[in-house]
Amino acid sequence: MSTFILLLLTGLGLAGLYFLVASGLSLVFGLADVLNFAHGLFLSVGAYAAWWAATSLPGAGADGPGFVLAVLFGVLAGALFASIVELVLIRPLYRRTIAQVLVTVGLSLAGVALLQVIWGADARPFPRPAWTSQATVIGGAVVPKSSLLLVGVSALVLVGLLAFLRFTRVGLVIRAGVEDRAMVTALGIDVRKAFTLVFAIGGAAAALAGVLAGIHFTTVSPAQGGSLLIFGFIVVVIGGMGSITGTAWAAAAVGLVQQFVNYYASGLGDVCVVALLALVLLVRPQGLAGTTEGAHA
Amino acid sequence: MAAPLLSIVDLRVRIGGSQILHGVTFDVPASGVTVLLGRNGVGKSTTLKAVLGLTPAGSQVTGSVTFDGVPVTNTATHRLVRRGLGYVPEDRGIFAGLTVAENLRLAERVAEPDYDTAYGLFPELKQRARQRAGTLSGGQQQMLAIARVLLNPNRLLLVDEPTKGLAPRLVTEVADVVTRVAQTVPTLLVEQNLALVRRVGQDAVVLAAGTVAYSGPIAALLEDEALTRSLLGVGHHHNRTGAA
Repeated sequence: MSTFILLLLTGLGLAGLYFLVASGLSLVFGLADVLNFAHGLFLSVGAYAAWWAATSLPGAGADGPGFVLAVLFGVLAGALFASIVELVLIRPLYRRTIAQVLVTVGLSLAGVALLQVIWGADARPFPRPAWTSQATVIGGAVVPKSSLLLVGVSALVLVGLLAFLRFTRVGLVIRAGVEDRAMVTALGIDVRKAFTLVFAIGGAAAALAGVLAGIHFTTVSPAQGGSLLIFGFIVVVIGGMGSITGTAWAAAAVGLVQQFVNYYASGLGDVCVVALLALVLLVRPQGLAGTTEGAHA
Repeated sequence: MAAPLLSIVDLRVRIGGSQILHGVTFDVPASGVTVLLGRNGVGKSTTLKAVLGLTPAGSQVTGSVTFDGVPVTNTATHRLVRRGLGYVPEDRGIFAGLTVAENLRLAERVAEPDYDTAYGLFPELKQRARQRAGTLSGGQQQMLAIARVLLNPNRLLLVDEPTKGLAPRLVTEVADVVTRVAQTVPTLLVEQNLALVRRVGQDAVVLAAGTVAYSGPIAALLEDEALTRSLLGVGHHHNRTGAA
């Protein structure tokens, strides 16, 4: 039983990380039809910005309020970077899907290379509060506190995103835009303003994932964003483009499958995740929460 | 003669390698209902979409569109709509995943949207405010699509086949609404139902082979049975469907 609880909570922690990466991808794809391969870079920008802040920014540090400040700095850097990417690189290329893929792939390669030039390719220890490396006993299982942190923070982001989409005017525009973008403009709404905001939100969530990945895996490295992005894409495809609840369910499924399978058959977790992806594509190609109508018009 | 509200000159549209419009020119006067007629696939909906800048990605649009004396050919769709152009698309364009109230709220463009008119014409929408729009019947969805444009002060309505696929009883109801709305807002109406056209419209523009084949009073067009048959492919005197 204690093993089950341990795998459940660490699996959900992983799921939380995947959700944070995938939620922005899903909204950006659902609303703006942009396949953003630079999304992993948003994660790295957040992680490195928080790392830099914790070591160099006055007032910020690796513990207490100083650490919160470092995390906020990282998240803001991610949001700002994502907004700039949207305004400068993506905006001139709307309706040109291939060009967007090329520019985001290129940006992602260049960004990772730049991080390597500045801070080296090796993983660096991530500054983090001491308690995040401790464990606590839940139902007989010794659970790392960092897993609980991941579960808690991602759950808060999930609730916050759902409330934002449900109760605000911009959230209404985003939900409608995911269904039929052209019709939103035909109601007199400048849907492109929502695009920038969705990029900023996605960038902030990815940056938060970068910071939490740094805490959880104890290090930060230039390639981290790219490897988490792969699972982010898998989650988005399984969950259905443009649906936050679908993304959350899919993230939970992927995280739990990976963790449970890896425990009983080490190394097979990733294979099973890909098998799950294939199964969903065969049985329900529009994803768990997707409708058969696309967001295209 | 008063200046036209909407003026379309030599509008040409090419979508995915096929030329849909070969130079369409006509005016919409500043009052009453102007009906855009023509056989299926002749480019009526494309004309409306080209005016609004809603043709699909990659399509080529040339020609000029002037709205209330201002050239609007390359104006972004949302700006054009904000100038007072209300659009009811052929497929209704309602958001299936949103509630009826959310669909209406999304369409609000002004500080004080006119819910009295919208709910006055369609009281059913008020009762179904919390229902998801995707679960409405076709007729109710059409009412929602029309109610949505009535929330805002418009100077011209573009309404695309509002009676398409509706039961005869609903055709009559929608026809009544279009007639009432047109008394206050000039309307460019795409409609196949000639009985309805005869009832609500004053002027007709008929498209054939991607150009304007007739432009003038509806009565003169419908009196000429040979012309009607050649342009529209129907003998309207025997057409008993719809509102009569």
